[in-house]
Amino acid sequence: MQPILNVKNLTMDFGGLRALDSLDISVNRGEIVALIGPNGAGKTTFFNCITGLYTPTHGDVLIAPPGQAEKRINGYKPNHVTEAGLARTFQNIRLFQNMTVLENVMIGRHCRMKAGIPGAIFRNPSTRAEEKQVVADSYAILKKIELAPHVNELAMNLPYGAQRRLEIARALATEPFLLLLDEPAAGMNPQETRELDDLIVRLRDRENVSILLIEHDMKLVMSLSDRIYVVDYGKKIAEGTPEEIKNNPAVIKAYLGEEVDA
Amino acid sequence: MFNREEIKKSFLVSLWFMFLTFPIMVIRVNTIYNRVEWRWDRLLMIGIGSFLLSFVWRYFIKRKEAGIQKADAGDGNETPLVQRILTTPKIYYPSLAVIVALAVAFPFISSMYQTNIMTTALIYVMLGLGINIVVGLAGLLDLGYVAFYAVGAYAYALLNYHYQLSFWIVLPIGAALGALFGILLGFPVLRLRGDYLAIVTLGFGEIIRLVLENWNAFSFGPSGIANIPRPGFFGFKFSLPEVTIYIYFVMLVLVVFTIFVVNRLENSRIGRAWIALREDEVACQAMGIDKTRTKLTAFSLGATWAGMVGVVFAAKTTFINPASFTIWESIIILCVVVLGGMGSILGVILGALVLILLPEYLRAFSEYRMLIFGTMLVLMMVFRPGGIVTNVRRTYKFKAEDAG
Repeated sequence: MQPILNVKNLTMDFGGLRALDSLDISVNRGEIVALIGPNGAGKTTFFNCITGLYTPTHGDVLIAPPGQAEKRINGYKPNHVTEAGLARTFQNIRLFQNMTVLENVMIGRHCRMKAGIPGAIFRNPSTRAEEKQVVADSYAILKKIELAPHVNELAMNLPYGAQRRLEIARALATEPFLLLLDEPAAGMNPQETRELDDLIVRLRDRENVSILLIEHDMKLVMSLSDRIYVVDYGKKIAEGTPEEIKNNPAVIKAYLGEEVDA
Repeated sequence: MFNREEIKKSFLVSLWFMFLTFPIMVIRVNTIYNRVEWRWDRLLMIGIGSFLLSFVWRYFIKRKEAGIQKADAGDGNETPLVQRILTTPKIYYPSLAVIVALAVAFPFISSMYQTNIMTTALIYVMLGLGINIVVGLAGLLDLGYVAFYAVGAYAYALLNYHYQLSFWIVLPIGAALGALFGILLGFPVLRLRGDYLAIVTLGFGEIIRLVLENWNAFSFGPSGIANIPRPGFFGFKFSLPEVTIYIYFVMLVLVVFTIFVVNRLENSRIGRAWIALREDEVACQAMGIDKTRTKLTAFSLGATWAGMVGVVFAAKTTFINPASFTIWESIIILCVVVLGGMGSILGVILGALVLILLPEYLRAFSEYRMLIFGTMLVLMMVFRPGGIVTNVRRTYKFKAEDAG
């Protein structure tokens, strides 16, 4: 089967610093794949490269949306990447703080809407119908993520865990086939992390999205992922199932350092 | 509140103020008799005055902090008064009717001078609503907004001078030119934000003014253009008092039109994209919003209103020159939005009325006019940084069984 995301030989240089070094990463349809590595390994840079915030120095980012041919998306603007069906969340929450929860999700629908300036001013029937549809769709998404009771609250007033979930809801609203989650469990308590675990599995099973996530919470990563990639200093040092990764000496070395004989 | 500590603080404040104002309030050189007058009584008044005022000041600061704590504690259900009025039809419609009736009756119950001032205030309402799109909604700090105003005004003056085009024909042309110049400014500043954007827009505003001032062959330089005709009504000529009232109504209609359009834009796909851009540029792009297009529409739709109202300004004053379009105008327009409340239409209207009418009615205190004006701005920003009317996001209602 053709992978829906296929990254080949991805390299990213910042001046003389090589942040990513010939990374090969792929995600298959319906998979939950985790990307782990110590701080500063280049995980978020990798996300930024494939979502268009950075233009990679070398390599290919290929995507194959369901039912479409494979295409190369290097150098796409971030909004075009999102339109193509890749949606992401951010490590440090980047919600639209002064907008309501519903509006945040409605922004996610933006690229699937058509209304222009004349439509906004004259509110012709098609614009009104579209607007109504968007409100209904966004509300449906919020119900799935269990944020419906907060619908009219400002995003900044939500509790931390709910803000993280709202980011996921907003990303889902763009109708992605691949969801990129950047440390979704960061700062969550064990209870919230368990709920997140359920949520991610539910998204994969019911919403038909594949998931690529960066995470430091090893318990979550091990229970959730089908496959794991380990990155250190911009290089891939291991890949495999959670079992294989747990026992991989290179991974243990990267995380815990080498054993020194006294 | 009146314990020893507080009194000591207030005493120090009053000492400090006495020291600060000593040179201007106490010493006076009498040039006729060539001697120095010492007005010690004034020093005493300042001391007592600042001593008392410092208590008032501290009381309000305390009240404000208590308010913030209350909001943090989660008692956020208390909707602001203005919002309650807007959402209660029983109060909202009658008060709207009264305002409309007052606005329509105003020129007939007041003098020509009053009508003229009110027209100026309405001009600023429209400018404020325009810049509100750029600054309030899209969050792009624009210090050169007056340039678009100048474009509209010169469009009417020049097109009329050379081609005798009438007011009503130039009005849409002015709007279109404003939009065009908005895009022209928008392109080079697409990558900039915050302070850098402010500096570039400031430069843009100055460029337009300097071009108008120095390109004599085109704009008649600093001497400006005189005898610009006032607007007509199907070839009908008005007397001066009549035309003042007429322009007032033209402005009133334009303001209502602006409110209508801006209100609809704000709650549309485009308006939401602007607000998202203001809130977080990176996230906004990552959610599939075309940053370039969104910024350009904000600049051009914001500038449209300035272009349009510029035409009215030229027709109202019948004389324009570059001195009407200095950076000071941009700042006033910006103050209208900041004072009124960023992003809030009602706030901008109130802001414009306060900022334009207050200095006019304060002419009685001529010397202290600007002092009172400045003090008011400072107090406003300290105690109500959100502006007179804080913008409240639209809420949607869902069926009860859904929300559960």
